[in-house]
Formats: sequence, C-alpha cells, structure tokens
Amino acid sequence: MARITMREAISQALMEEMDRDPAVFILGEEVGVWGGTYAVTKGFYDKYGPERVKDTPIAENAIIGGAIGAAMVGQRPIAELMTINFGFSAMDYIVNQAPKLRYMFGGQFSVPMVIRAVGGGGRQLGATHSQTPDAIFAHFPGLVVVSPGTPADAKGLLKSAIRSNDPVLFLEHATMYQVRGEVPDGEYTIPLGKSTIQRPGKDLTIVTYCKGLELSMKAAEDLAKEGIEAEIVDLRTLRPLDMEPVLESFKKTNRAIVVEEGWKSYGVGAEIVSRIYEQAFDYVDAPILRVAQKEVPLPYNRNLEQAALPQVPDIIAAAKEVLK
Amino acid sequence: MAETIKMPKLGFDMAEGTLVRWVKNVGETINKGDVLAEIETDKATVEVESHADGVVLQHLVDAGTSVPVNNPIAIVGAEGEKVDSAPAAGGQPAPAAPAAAASSSAPTPAPVTQTAAPAATPAPAETGPVKASPLARKVARDRGVNLGSVVGTGPGGRIVRRDIESALKASPAPAVSPASAPIPVYETRTTQQPGDETIQTTKLRQAIGRRLVESKTTIPHFYVTHEYKMEALMDLRKQINGSLPDNEKISVNDFIVKAVALTLRQFPNLNASLSGTNIIRHGAVNVGVAVTVPGGLMTVVVKDTDQKPLRQISGEVKAMAARARDGKVKPEDVDGSTFSTSNLGMYDVDEFIAIINPPEAAILAISSAREVPVVSGGQVVPGWRMKATISVDHRISDGAEAAQFMQALAKYLEEPIRILV
Repeated sequence: MARITMREAISQALMEEMDRDPAVFILGEEVGVWGGTYAVTKGFYDKYGPERVKDTPIAENAIIGGAIGAAMVGQRPIAELMTINFGFSAMDYIVNQAPKLRYMFGGQFSVPMVIRAVGGGGRQLGATHSQTPDAIFAHFPGLVVVSPGTPADAKGLLKSAIRSNDPVLFLEHATMYQVRGEVPDGEYTIPLGKSTIQRPGKDLTIVTYCKGLELSMKAAEDLAKEGIEAEIVDLRTLRPLDMEPVLESFKKTNRAIVVEEGWKSYGVGAEIVSRIYEQAFDYVDAPILRVAQKEVPLPYNRNLEQAALPQVPDIIAAAKEVLK
Repeated sequence: MAETIKMPKLGFDMAEGTLVRWVKNVGETINKGDVLAEIETDKATVEVESHADGVVLQHLVDAGTSVPVNNPIAIVGAEGEKVDSAPAAGGQPAPAAPAAAASSSAPTPAPVTQTAAPAATPAPAETGPVKASPLARKVARDRGVNLGSVVGTGPGGRIVRRDIESALKASPAPAVSPASAPIPVYETRTTQQPGDETIQTTKLRQAIGRRLVESKTTIPHFYVTHEYKMEALMDLRKQINGSLPDNEKISVNDFIVKAVALTLRQFPNLNASLSGTNIIRHGAVNVGVAVTVPGGLMTVVVKDTDQKPLRQISGEVKAMAARARDGKVKPEDVDGSTFSTSNLGMYDVDEFIAIINPPEAAILAISSAREVPVVSGGQVVPGWRMKATISVDHRISDGAEAAQFMQALAKYLEEPIRILV
C-alpha cells in the first residue's frame, strides 16, 4: 500500500491502461504539451507522443464528438473536459449520442469512451465554472456516471471505466487532487456500479460520494466524539446506482442523511431518499434529510462561496436533527 | 355551508361498517335527525341520521361498500350548492375528525396498552392519524403494540421506534402476541356426515367469538360465587310493581343492576380497565346488561347507572333491549360499559359463570332467584335464594376484593330499601 494523492492515482490508472492497451488514447484541451490543467497527464506527451496524447482546439463538441467516432471504430478514447461546465457545449454528444448509439444501432456499435471531467466548487472559479451538475448527467440511461471520493477508488474505477464498452463520464473534484489515501500496489480494478461502506457505524447512515465523502468523514469523526457513530455509504457510481449497501445500512440505522455538493432540488439526494422510501418504507424512523448546496449560482467571493457550499457543520447539524 | 356526514363509530372495536342502503337519495330533502342510510356493523344494522338540514348533495360511497369509521359518506347542504371536491371514498380517513374521535373516546391517555387485546383498549387509535414513523408502525404491528396509547418523543410528538421499545419494556408483550400468532377463533374441521347442515356464522357471532376467545385466552379469570337472600327484594318488587302499569314493571334484574352500580362506587378497582401496566379506574359507573338477540347477544349500557332512579334504569334497559333485538341499536346503546352483568335468571338456572367483556375488569353472572329450603334458627324453612358469580381479571384484582364486593352487594340486595334511597 502506498499513500498517494488523487492526482497520482488517476495518473497511474491512465498510464497503466495506456501501457496495457494501445487502443487507449487521450484527447482534450492542454492535455499534451502542458500536461493537463490539473497536471494529471504531466509527462504523458513525452512518453506516448502526440498520436496518443492529443491537444485539441477549445471546442468541446469536437472533443466529445471525435471521441465518440473513434470509439465507434475500435479505439478507447479518454476525452478530458477542462471542467464539466464546458460539457454543456457538448451536451448533445454527451447525453444524446454517446449513451444511445449502441441502443439505436441494435448493438452493431458500442462507444467504449471515457469522459474525464473536473467539477465542483470551492476554488473561486465563479458561477459558471464551479458547478456540480452530476445529477443532470446521471439522468440519462446509457451513460455510466462515476465520481470517486478516494484515491484508491479513483484508480480502480478509472481503470474499469477505460475497459468498459459503454461511455463513462468520470467526474473528478477540483479541490480533491491533493487528497491523499492508501492505494493498493499493483494491478487492481473496482467494478463500476458498486456502492461501498467507507465507515462503519450504527446510529445513522450518511449517503454521499466524491467531495461529500471527504466532508462526511470529517463530520463523522466529530460526531463520534459525541458518541454518535455514523455509517458512511459511498455511492461512487451514480448510474447505475447501487442501493444495496444503502438499504442494508438504513435497515440497521433507520435514520439517514444524504450529502451532495450539487443543488438540492431534483438532485442526487432526492433520488436516494425516494428509493429509500420506496424500498425500505417500513424501516424509516425519521424523515431523511438532504445536505446540499444553497439554491444560488455559486458566488465568486470566497466567504460567500464557502457559505453556499455544504460544510462539515451542516452535516453534523443534519445528523443530529434526524436523530431527534 | 355543506356538511359532511361520516361513518359513525358504533362501539369500541368498530373499525368499519358496510353501507347497506341509502335511505335518502341525492337531491332529496333531509332534516336533522332524518335517517340518511342504513349501516351494517358486525353487531347490527344501524340507521345513520343526518346532523344537518338541507338536501343530499352527494353520496360519497356506493351502497354495499365497506367504509372505515369516520370516513365521509355523504354531503348535505343547500339546494344547488357547489361541492368543491369530493373527499376520497373509502380509503383516506377524514383529516381532523378521527383525531378528535380518538381522543374523546380515550378517557385516559395511557402510556402503554397491552395489545393482546385490541378490544381491550379504550380507543382503537390506529385508525386515526397517530403521528408515528413507518418503522414505529411496523414494530408496533409486529409486536402487537397499540400506537394509540404510546407517547411519542420524536419531533412534534411523533412516535418513533424507541417509544415502542420503551412501551414494550414497560409492559412486556404477552407470550403469544396476536400479530405474530393470531388465536385461531374458528378452526376448520371437515368431518361432515350426511344429514349435517352447514350454517354460516353471522358477523355478530364472529365478533362474539373473536372477543371472547381473546378474553378467555388472555385474561386470567377467577371466580367468586355468593348466595343472596332475596325475600326482601322479592317482597319490595311485588309492592312496587303493584302500583305500576304492566309495561313499566320493574324486573329483579333492574334492582340488581342498580345495586351493582351502587356497590361499584365502593369498589373503583372493579369498575376499571387494564391499560398496559396501568389500571384505569373509570369515573363513571356504566353497567352493561347482556341481552339475547337473534344470532347472539349484545351488551346494552345504562350510563351513570349509580345516579339514575330504578324506574329510569328499567325503562332504558327495556328500550335498548328492544332496539337490540330489532337490530336497530344506536351507537350509544352499546358503547362505554365499565362493568357487565349477565342474567339467566328467567331460565331457571342454579349457577353459571360468565366470560369477562374486555376491556372491563369483571362481569357478574346472575342466576335464578328460587324458593329453596333454608336453615333458619335450627329449622328448615322455605326461603328465596339467588346465586351470583363474579368473574374477575386477576391482573387487576384479587379474590379478597372480589369476595368483599359480593358481600357489599348483599347489603343492597338483602336490604333493598337501600337501593331506593
């Protein structure tokens, strides 16, 4: 086990898969010579050359459209979006082409493509570059949506995503590249579509993923000092959604909160809560609460930005509320 | 202003009734007190009266439908008045009314109720909107806890799982809880021989079966029998009836009912109900009188029996018994008894014992007053004697108290002038 950063973990996954399979290549803005906006692909250009690490124009629809075409003819492209917010420029390709081609061509084509995209707030990038629109993408059947919360998961899931024959949107958080964690040595993968328990507990269930996991783990430590043992379920993949560990945990604790960074309305929390009510109604002992971003465009001002984003005290407060 | 008529609650354990027939159709004029519909409960067919004047604007359920208590069945209002939205037929309880009904019919909000007996609970509050989490409801259902009597400690008084657990701790569930192992009231035995006749049990028969199986299997009964000297009472009755018209004559039972009520005043523990680990001593003394009706028996109730003169008790029992026999019993006729009596005196019965009518603490079985040889002053002489047996819930009372009650009752029956004053 080595303790490495999220950046290193993602980088390792990309490199291992490129070494393993010559069909894997990377394209995106500043991924080559510059080494990636978040330095994830630093050194890749020198190692693999311009054929496999392609700098593109600032044209997201071209990046994703090109990746889809390459995938349809047997390549395994990894398209990088500098931020998921730019994905809106390529929305038709992401939600209307990639997820539907296999279905509409009756299985004659598949789209083994990964879109790596950076999302999330907290870096003072302003309202249009700080969003967490995960739920929008997870809405569409056919698109696998992954968003890891630990370096180990990031590496194992990204490797699975690259090997998947269906398009995968891989969402990384802008503030988490420096997060460190234990990563298994050598080759391993983590299956897509599997939620997991990141912290065992008995008093309440916190369902979360990505940045929410980082915040929830801190909140759980504080809660533990007061004798409250929170069990944290990390979704890891938003679609297909694996409710098994969530329901199992909830049937034990009977109380839950959902922590997500995106807006509450029509969000991931809404989906999780609905499914708990649908599938474990008789185990509900208190209304399930959601901790999410305030319903405003995310402010640029640092204090306001932090006030709008969900924080550890919000999670603690919600946890205590559902335990009343 | 249109008013909603609801399915009335006719007794402790009524959860729903079948609307048998609409007496007033839509568009017909109806006055307060007019019969709107006929309803069949498991005890009887009852007429539902309108509590509003006007025109029947809407029937909210079809004839033949089974409707939960307190659900709206019809709307009465001014002719031509618009009814904005029809409350859902059948399914949903009306928003406010059940709560009121539940609280008003529950004399004491007891913290816990032994669930072994749904009928043994003052208010079947689960039909009302008790605030409880789905989990609390499930646990209550599984463990046989009546939510109506659990105090909620969640936000806004919501009952949550811990409340059910503390309720169970306070009052350990019976070894056999009805939810997990229902008592087989009727078992199928198919050894029918040629010439046998099959009779479908009536709803009343089934209700009696359910209640009494539950009573006999969950209540630890014990019995105390006492023999009463009845000469004085027989004489007094003869004297009183001599001055009364035939249809107002007072029965031996009327005396006994009054005597029992007066005695109960001195024994509040027997005028009581068990609720969890609490005994609820009822403020009112309402003596129930078992009446034979076609297909079974019903208990009609004289409210505040201890405070009513003998003639009034007699008149009320006569009227209620007649209604019960005709299947036209009113809700108030059968509701609220705190102690029951059963009298088989007219059938020349030496002695019998009765099964407690839950949730009451006791029942008195009264046999025939008979002229028998008795020993008096060393001589065998003729005398009037009557045996009565009290059946008592041993969780509430003990033999000594029951025996003292029977002795105290003798004070009234043997010196009946005390009943009159």
